[in-house]
Amino acid sequence: MHPAPSLIAFTVLSGLGLGMMAWLGLGLGGESAGAFGWIAVAAALVSTGVGGLASTSHLARPSRARLAFSQWRSSWLSREACLMVATVAVFLVYAGIWLFAGVRNDVLGVATAVLAMATVYATAMIYGQLRTVPRWSATPTRWLFVALSLASGLLGVAAAMGLAGGAMSIWLPSGGLLVAGAVAYWWQTVAGATTRGADGSTLATGTGLGGTGGRVELMAPPHTEANYLLTEMAYEVGRRRARPLRRLGMVFGFAVPVALVVISLAVGGGLYVLALVSHLAGIAALRWLFFAEAEHVQALYYGRS
Amino acid sequence: MTQLPSAPPPKKLGLVIDLDTCVGCQACAVSCKEWNTGGVAAPLSDKNPYQAGQSGAWLNRVHGYEVEGGDDDPGRTVYFPKSCLHCEDAPCVTVCPTGASYKRADDGIVLVNEDACMGCGLCAWACPYGARELDPCEGVMKKCTLCVDRIYNESFAPEDRVPACVAACPTSARHFGDFNDPTSNVSALVAERGGYDLMPEQECRPTNKYLPVREKRLSDVVKVDRGALPTGSDGFFGWLDKALAKLD
Repeated sequence: MHPAPSLIAFTVLSGLGLGMMAWLGLGLGGESAGAFGWIAVAAALVSTGVGGLASTSHLARPSRARLAFSQWRSSWLSREACLMVATVAVFLVYAGIWLFAGVRNDVLGVATAVLAMATVYATAMIYGQLRTVPRWSATPTRWLFVALSLASGLLGVAAAMGLAGGAMSIWLPSGGLLVAGAVAYWWQTVAGATTRGADGSTLATGTGLGGTGGRVELMAPPHTEANYLLTEMAYEVGRRRARPLRRLGMVFGFAVPVALVVISLAVGGGLYVLALVSHLAGIAALRWLFFAEAEHVQALYYGRS
Repeated sequence: MTQLPSAPPPKKLGLVIDLDTCVGCQACAVSCKEWNTGGVAAPLSDKNPYQAGQSGAWLNRVHGYEVEGGDDDPGRTVYFPKSCLHCEDAPCVTVCPTGASYKRADDGIVLVNEDACMGCGLCAWACPYGARELDPCEGVMKKCTLCVDRIYNESFAPEDRVPACVAACPTSARHFGDFNDPTSNVSALVAERGGYDLMPEQECRPTNKYLPVREKRLSDVVKVDRGALPTGSDGFFGWLDKALAKLD
């Protein structure tokens, strides 16, 4: 599938912002807001907002984006849009009470956390529902997105604390990163064996030609130039490029941040910011591969195996 | 509404495509493009039509496949027209976030309300057949309408109230009708010739059916003994062949 920069930016940044909202809602960082509260709340809102704006640049007709709130009964994309607005709305009230009155309202906080993770789950299901792309639907995509969002959010809150001059205990951020890294590894081991034909689809089932033991091959494609079906749903990535990129993604996404979190014990909480930058770069690389390596069954008609 | 109709539509309109008679002339694809760039859903545009980097939205594409059935099968070329199959369990409809994509409750035709489409492309991702293409200039999703602006058009003579592709086909490889009517032409063809679904494992329950290539008796087919093909020759052309080979 075409790795659209808008979708990579959207899923990575909204994952970070929603993850931060979830952890802040659960009370991470203590009762008093201060500089930490302002930085964390602003970062969560900006990250989610920039991500949301990036997603609209994926649309060919962004002026009609408001219609996407109408079909929540059947569409995961519509559910995601509704849940995201609901999350931000509840979080704004929660954060306002916290920043201005110094009180953490547990009910609103837990509601924020639940809504934020429901939003990330809905984002994942946009991909996870597509039977046409087995690499997304036959793999634990929803848990990958939720785990990465929670790890990013944890690191984001820790970085805000570091910027405000404090330091979070290293156990929560490093533990969260290791769990998310393990989930990413689990997803990859399942996805590595999940090709275009994982659901049993072949050119023979797609055309009904060839019979049993026969052979069917593309002889004449229907058009000579590229078209939407090929650029959008038949993207091909070289395996020799994919493997090193995945290694870089895992190293920068999880290993380097964990190391920086540990080193921060000696150097100070500011290092969490560097850990967050490294983590986001790694996640962006892995998200690029999430799209680029996904294979759509319709490309079978164009002779892709 | 992007929920599927709650009850099965009383009519089930669609196409039967006969792979035995299709000659791959592309008349259906061109006729479809012509009608739909001037019909209600106009235009069906092309980007850079007269220069490098052409791309355009078509609702019908004809692939050519080489098929071998087995050891004794000499193989054949099969032309394979593909357009929207108007599935009963259409995943392209339920994924639509705006309500633009819908399946008609009265005849089962799957359509896009272009005034409500925001061009997110998710419906095209959900379709296993590659039947939906984003219009490169209009920015909305395009798909086969089963020529809904022809088949109910009372200003047309009754014999012309068929999709443009069906009207254009010179070998009658395309048939239009109601699959819910057991006496219709399409129902009879499916029963008689063993019409089948594409990618049944995707469980979309497509309405359109394909008719298989007829079983030909192998003795009727001219077999080429590849071992008997001339591998070299004497005389002037043999000398020329060797001389050219030296220059290679």
